[in-house]
Amino acid sequence: MSVVERLPRVRTVRGSVIGGLVPWLLPIAIIAIWQVACATGYVSARVLPAPSDVLLAAWKSLRSGELQQNIWVSFWRAAVGFLIGGGIGFALGLANGLSQLSDRLTDTTLQMIRNVPHLAMIPLVILWFGIDEAAKLFLVALGVFFPIYLNTLHGIRTVDPQLIEMGRIYGMGRGELFRRVIFPSALPSIFVGLRFALGIMWLTLIVAETIAASSGLGYMAMQAREFMLIDVVVLSILIYALLGKLADSASRALERLTLSWHPAFQK
Amino acid sequence: MQQSLRVFPSTAEFAPPSVLVEQARIARRKAESASRGLGLTIRGLRKAFGDNEVLRGIDLHIPAGQFVAIVGRSGCGKSTLLRLIAGLETPGDGTISFGESARAEDIRVMFQEPRLLPWARVLDNVEVGLGRNRGLSDANARAEAALAEVGLRDKRAQWPYVLSGGQKQRVALARALVSNPRVLAFDEPLGALDALTRISMQRLLERVWHDQSFTAILVTHDVAEAVALADRVVVIEDGRIAHDVAVDIARPRRRGAADLAALEGTILRHLLSGNDADA
Repeated sequence: MSVVERLPRVRTVRGSVIGGLVPWLLPIAIIAIWQVACATGYVSARVLPAPSDVLLAAWKSLRSGELQQNIWVSFWRAAVGFLIGGGIGFALGLANGLSQLSDRLTDTTLQMIRNVPHLAMIPLVILWFGIDEAAKLFLVALGVFFPIYLNTLHGIRTVDPQLIEMGRIYGMGRGELFRRVIFPSALPSIFVGLRFALGIMWLTLIVAETIAASSGLGYMAMQAREFMLIDVVVLSILIYALLGKLADSASRALERLTLSWHPAFQK
Repeated sequence: MQQSLRVFPSTAEFAPPSVLVEQARIARRKAESASRGLGLTIRGLRKAFGDNEVLRGIDLHIPAGQFVAIVGRSGCGKSTLLRLIAGLETPGDGTISFGESARAEDIRVMFQEPRLLPWARVLDNVEVGLGRNRGLSDANARAEAALAEVGLRDKRAQWPYVLSGGQKQRVALARALVSNPRVLAFDEPLGALDALTRISMQRLLERVWHDQSFTAILVTHDVAEAVALADRVVVIEDGRIAHDVAVDIARPRRRGAADLAALEGTILRHLLSGNDADA
């Protein structure tokens, strides 16, 4: 999980509406082929419902208010779990990057815990928290903790020592050195951690909600499976995909906003 | 770049008034009265890193406002000497004393790498050089003035990555100058630049040294550069001062002039006559 250098992109279609649509051509084409395959009976509706059926299921679910309710519950769990786990990971990453004492005290322990897949904790978590909200929040927080912790730590450890020396020469105190040199330098790496964490956040939430929940998108999918409502199952999977894309776009926008000094993040 | 590419006439025959003024300034500096630079005295300076003794007893007095070049082979200890003067290392033994009590802002260093903050605009990078006075209300104006001094005022709002190597080094110079230092230490500041950029940077260095009359200490491996810029060239070999050569050639100096070349040849012979084995 090191800093992934992005190659400068060559843009041929620039700024136009058509250019903005290019990334969506493939998903639209796939949906179109899917619709045709279902309509011609090539794919049985019991294996995969047509996109139109999925849309219909979405509409019904929206009208009953069930869909909004489940999306909101899942979103809330993701966000709160992310804030808790990410916050602790960020704080510990900073502490261990800046203080040797803190690093020696906690890093070995954290590396041991890191090697336990956090989803392996599910049986234990159910025993501890039942299928309460706390169980889901705990799992999400545990999942997002490590990518944020590791990448924050990495970012701070790889600050150019020459820049730190420069800051000291020019009379920067500890606080100013952190604010002006260390933190901005670690930011690209922190963003890498953030995006890894967003992926893990959804993954954890899906698993937790399908195994132990009484609400949320994962629960909705499991319920639908019980009643063989395959269109609702597909719907919840698609919503996960959209939410994931949304989270990724948000983090990219934040990157572009804060890393405009970085040649790799130029528009 | 315009200022730094000024053409100096080779003789004083048709010298315009500005040149006469410059020569008069040099004369005054020699008298050490008008200089606002700090003089420094080094006595018995030693420094070792583990078993490796880098400096083995350096004694050196640099009068206020002098331009001293320190040359030597790589690994001879010249950079260590500079870092000791700049306070970046602590001496193993011996003392370095400045004429008067020096504040942190009085001594500035310029490195081979520009060491600009990539996430700060050019003007903010220069403001860093103000040290404790960064927060004052005139910080912005002072940074702009320093940028104008190196001819980069129009780049003030740029990110460092768009600048060329020479421009970055000029921003670093502006950052070093903005606090009006009384000693400016250069650690091979032009080492990474191409030949033409080097020459225009050398002229810029000479000009700002004229204008601001600080004490300049330049570490370089380029003897031609040392002879062209400095009042005095100190040759360091094996952690000791091997030669101390005064460059009594009137300024402005013309690149490629015979007397400069002759002096360069003498110093190079000194350097090469050492031990050729590890060249």
